[in-house]
Amino acid sequence: MRDERFNFAFLDERSKRMIRRALLKAIAIPGYQVPFGSREMPLPYGWGTGGIQVTASVIGPNDVLKVIDQGADDTVNAVNIRRFFQRTTGVAVTERAPEATLIQTRHRIPETPLHERQIIVYQVPVPEPLQRLEPREAETRRMHGLAEYGLMHVKLYEDIARYGHIATTYDYPVMVNGRYLTAPSPIPKFDNPKMNMNPALQLFGAGREKRIYAIPPYTRVESLAFEDHPFEVQRWDAACALCGSRESFLDEVVTDDRGGRLFMCSDTDYCAGRQAAKAAAA
Amino acid sequence: MSLAMDLASVGPGLQAPELESQKIFRAAAEALAHPGRIVAMQTTASMPAGLHEASGALALSLLDHDTPLWLSPRLAGAASFLRFHTGCPLTERAERAAFAILEAGALRSLADFDNGEDAYPERSATLIVQVERLDDQGGWTLAGPGIKDRAQLRVEGLPAQFAAEWAANAGRFPRGVDLFLSCGGRACGLPRTTRIEA
Repeated sequence: MRDERFNFAFLDERSKRMIRRALLKAIAIPGYQVPFGSREMPLPYGWGTGGIQVTASVIGPNDVLKVIDQGADDTVNAVNIRRFFQRTTGVAVTERAPEATLIQTRHRIPETPLHERQIIVYQVPVPEPLQRLEPREAETRRMHGLAEYGLMHVKLYEDIARYGHIATTYDYPVMVNGRYLTAPSPIPKFDNPKMNMNPALQLFGAGREKRIYAIPPYTRVESLAFEDHPFEVQRWDAACALCGSRESFLDEVVTDDRGGRLFMCSDTDYCAGRQAAKAAAA
Repeated sequence: MSLAMDLASVGPGLQAPELESQKIFRAAAEALAHPGRIVAMQTTASMPAGLHEASGALALSLLDHDTPLWLSPRLAGAASFLRFHTGCPLTERAERAAFAILEAGALRSLADFDNGEDAYPERSATLIVQVERLDDQGGWTLAGPGIKDRAQLRVEGLPAQFAAEWAANAGRFPRGVDLFLSCGGRACGLPRTTRIEA
């Protein structure tokens, strides 16, 4: 039930308008970080305030919302954000990825392919992929303006020189539409290929850093690589202990204090769906 | 154009601003995310003469004190309505406007509007251009982000040099203006990344 004492989706209309204008420019300039006047939210920075502000500006009464944290619908961040929007908008919620029209995510892209009628909102801690290499914003802004990204290639090259391979495993930098170097947020690089030519609209919100960016549907997203060191995703020797999947992203779970461990899907909805299908077939 | 408001002639705005502007924003986002796709933009507002339903819907949903608006001389009659309902300042200098609403025939050079800066390309203007006809068959072939393969869009009313102007706009990337084409209660988006192939 919606708590009518709040404005719809918590934010005031003027803030939503400002965020909406930033979102439209973000869609028009794929991968470019648009500054916005990030508001105080009833959650601390680091809990997805950027994603929440984007979702609050986009969501309507007919949306069906799914919220995930590291692939799971039932972890504390996801539960809190879902409850926040249930209370302030009264929208329907779901755990089933294909049934959702709006998905807010912390650090995963669902295993089930997204479709055109969906918007996925990423929570982003560090939107600037060059920040660790060049802390001055005036400089990174100029580098984006001139598409001067040599520094990032040097960083990846140094990985290869030191470890023999590119050691970045999450928040692996991408080029959007062949122009802007962009942080995919801390998703595992396993998820990077899903961003390429995805039919859904992908929106990114960084609350503390006050940046919004977007990847429109059907847009080229390439993970950086070298000809002799092509981009590769993680693979496991194990299958999911619960559903048997060998295709999904697996979490390692310690089960006892004698070294016992198992692997299971990080995407709880995908895993539950496969288990249910198996049970129905048996 | 006069900045004095004639309030006696101003019609009602959105009846349910929070829900209606959300709906219009989603339509606008869909239009920009799928260039060439024609979306419906209808509201409960009584738009002044000359202002297309979709142009007015976009303006009522997106404009406020932070967004200077430029109106083409023929749309000056809509000024009081838009100022009263959104609080937007009006500007007579096109290059200072964050938004511009104009009829297709009034479109000259896209470089007359704010094209943003290389370091701040989002500061460019958004143009709402009122055209005589919009159709998703025949006409131009569109390509670019948001378009799976190719999209068709037929627009009537734009000046003959528009395709050349649009190519010049793309040449300024990441700078450049973004367009909404409105026709009655329907609109489509042309972000700066969309290429007109024929």
